[in-house]
Amino acid sequence: MRAFDARRLPGFTTVAALAFVFLYLPIATVVVFSFNALPSMSAWGGFSLQWYREAWANEAVQEATVRSLVIATVASLASTALATLAALATVRQGRFRGRTLVYGVINQPLVVPEIVTGVALLIVFGWVRSNTGYQGLGYLLLAHTAFCIPFAYLPIRARLETMDPTLESAASDLYASPMQAFRRVTLPLLGPGIAAGLMLAFVTSLDDVIITEFVKSAGQDTLPTWMLGQFRRTLTPEVNAIATAILALTLVLLTAFFLTTRKRA
Amino acid sequence: MLKTLTALAALLATGATAQERQLQLYNWGDYTSPDLIAKFEAETGIDVTLTDYDSNDTALAKVQAGGHGFDLVVPSANYVPIWRELGLIQELDLSRLPNHANIAPEWRDVDWDPGRLFTVPWQWGSTGVAVNTSAYSGDINTSDIFLSPPPELVGKINVVPEMNDIISLAIFNVGGEPCTEDLDVLRQVRDLLMAAKPSWLSMDYDSEAKLSANDIMAAATWNGPSMRARLNNPPVRFGYPQEGFPLWMDSVALLSDARNVDEAYEFLDFIMAPENAALISNYARYANGITGSEQYMDEVMRDAPEIVIPEELRGAGVFLPTCPASAVDLYSRIWTELQGS
Amino acid sequence: MTRDARNAWALAAPALLVLLVGAAGPLLVVALFSVMSQGPYGGVAWPLTLEGWSRILVQRDIFDGTVSINEAHLVIMWRSLWIAAATTVLTLLVGLPTAWFIGTRPPRARTLWLFLVTIPFWTNLLIRTFAIMEVIRNEGLVNTVLMGLGITSEPIQILFTDWATLIGTTYVYLPLMVLPLYAAIDRMDVRLLEAGYDLYASRWGVLRRVILPAIRPGLIAGCVLVFIPALGAYVTPRILGGGTNMMLGNFIELQFGQGRNWPLGAALSMLLLLIVTAALVVLVRATTREERP
Repeated sequence: MRAFDARRLPGFTTVAALAFVFLYLPIATVVVFSFNALPSMSAWGGFSLQWYREAWANEAVQEATVRSLVIATVASLASTALATLAALATVRQGRFRGRTLVYGVINQPLVVPEIVTGVALLIVFGWVRSNTGYQGLGYLLLAHTAFCIPFAYLPIRARLETMDPTLESAASDLYASPMQAFRRVTLPLLGPGIAAGLMLAFVTSLDDVIITEFVKSAGQDTLPTWMLGQFRRTLTPEVNAIATAILALTLVLLTAFFLTTRKRA
Repeated sequence: MLKTLTALAALLATGATAQERQLQLYNWGDYTSPDLIAKFEAETGIDVTLTDYDSNDTALAKVQAGGHGFDLVVPSANYVPIWRELGLIQELDLSRLPNHANIAPEWRDVDWDPGRLFTVPWQWGSTGVAVNTSAYSGDINTSDIFLSPPPELVGKINVVPEMNDIISLAIFNVGGEPCTEDLDVLRQVRDLLMAAKPSWLSMDYDSEAKLSANDIMAAATWNGPSMRARLNNPPVRFGYPQEGFPLWMDSVALLSDARNVDEAYEFLDFIMAPENAALISNYARYANGITGSEQYMDEVMRDAPEIVIPEELRGAGVFLPTCPASAVDLYSRIWTELQGS
Repeated sequence: MTRDARNAWALAAPALLVLLVGAAGPLLVVALFSVMSQGPYGGVAWPLTLEGWSRILVQRDIFDGTVSINEAHLVIMWRSLWIAAATTVLTLLVGLPTAWFIGTRPPRARTLWLFLVTIPFWTNLLIRTFAIMEVIRNEGLVNTVLMGLGITSEPIQILFTDWATLIGTTYVYLPLMVLPLYAAIDRMDVRLLEAGYDLYASRWGVLRRVILPAIRPGLIAGCVLVFIPALGAYVTPRILGGGTNMMLGNFIELQFGQGRNWPLGAALSMLLLLIVTAALVVLVRATTREERP
């Protein structure tokens, strides 16, 4: 007789298996058909890289890609820096008055629906735009940095909380100034957390659709907004190729993230 | 490090790559030939960025909100007076447009822009119904196709979200006059549209892809997408509603707060050359308003039923006039009710 | 202020500033706009009025001026609520077994399974919605398989219906349900299960009376984490709904475009925000209650 496993629940494994299939089948379809020689999503015509070549040569795609990467880089760097400071404030400075408020503001982008933020920024930035005539990338950079802050904040704070505060007091015992202690003790130990925050922020910025769609100025497409625009025009498997490429990049970053935050045995 | 930051700051401040001539074109989606843009960019070195919209109202709302950053916009004829009244487009300096003489005589002195001082022709066409004749074999020259759909088509119809065209088709369907403010007629129009909406599958700008992929079997749409769908999917035919159907022309206008005015003038002149106007037509499959472009157009365009209106239906075509604000207000309210349901 | 507090504010200030200007602050502008009058061609105008808010529910008939409940708005709000609720239920039904499965794997394998669940979550929302669209369209995978197996003779119209949106939101938010459930299951004491079986409970009984109560914080967290974004969904209904099955997010956007009714759009945004905040309060209450000894 099979040993009784208290943790086994009938049917649960089947549902779980189906769930994984459900999660991956559509994505797999997109990836597989991005290599289709035929411009179809249901008939396979042989292996081909033509859509990748077309996407690569598409000027609008090139511009959008560069813009996406620039925004993601700047936003992730800025938001991680700001989030590090904020994490230090909320973890290392005790229960100061207003700490809950700080939590609230920092986590605000996580709870407010993006459409609401998008509309709010549309109004405010639109007003600034008409009155200053500035049409540059600044609006997007500001908006992206803002909503990336909580994503960078969470892993950094988690890491900070598990760090031993006595290490820093040891440093000051050895006559290190607070600045030196920070640079030589805290920061290196915080490294994995900061790296994780950077990667999460980067992926979040790269993927954003709604806020970018509402904030962008004329002709400032990012990859996701370009794709959204394509849904209105004739869809070609070029979109599949681009989607697969973005997926590959996300996969690389996520793997790095998981490897950095893996708990050491 | 400091130098990189300063360079980055400069980049942000100008919002453009250095020393590049730019043009921001705001046009209907799927309406601008990539070949045209490529040719223009090659000849002038101006970098053209295209942003698209799906209806006249969307474009008007966006530009009115301010801070849009576009240079050229392509409104329909009956909206041009609204744009002028709001001061959103500026009068053109004809001395900078030598090709202005190419405008076809019948499109030169139009009610909504006499002498073409504000706009330059882009394309013109008609709004009707596109039907996949393998799904429905009855008469397609009627707006009943989407207003009182036959059973075979119920649940398989797309309607473009262009208020003016659809409301006009509905008004004609109940026997009203264009720009009518007759409340009885409008009540019928409202009831007709609301009753028909459940049989529509979608209200989306893009009919061509849906018709080509057999996602839908009929659409209330323009002749251009219908022809493009037919070239992908032969059974699709365009029907001219005998109850009355809108004729329209879209023209390019220069926005009052355009920032790349010189580049805009070059583009405006460029599209009035016959061979370039033909490029526009060949892509979107509409006729244009420039003399001499026929010789450059594709063979398929010449006798296409979507371009050449059949004799017996020609009288049903009505070039939509600009309705007074009170009428537009009524139509907007019906439209909002329709869209929001 | 203590030195700690001063330092804390100094450190947090840059982040707070960016967030106030680029995220939180503009919300106040939306609140203000919700009580202003409609501008003639879009935009807002003085004087202050509650018409934006009242228009959410009430309308004046265009032709006879009678005041009535705006059914169209109710339809949209109802659609948003039922799709968000249905999404929550569906993701729960599918997510609980999945989280349980991961939680009952050997410890080292669990990271891999979690990773596999997380990847779709971090995949671009557009890509995922697009992927589902390709699968459910008339000539897509689902219909091709159904027709190939002879189950149906004609393609089933799934795309551009409410069901398409529901399938889309379930697909997109499933990982959001699995992760908190897994966290709760991971913390659960297995001996509780054994105790249940020792007391002659059936599998179903153990599930109902031991497991579910034990993972209650995870259940609530998962439900709220799915309900909130599902309610405010924008991209998924826009692409899968075809423009006729609008949810609240799309309807809000319409007011800033063709609809040209900014006060109404602002009021609707505030309403959405209020509902979301209420759901969050429920979450915080439920989870902090569990943490009390």
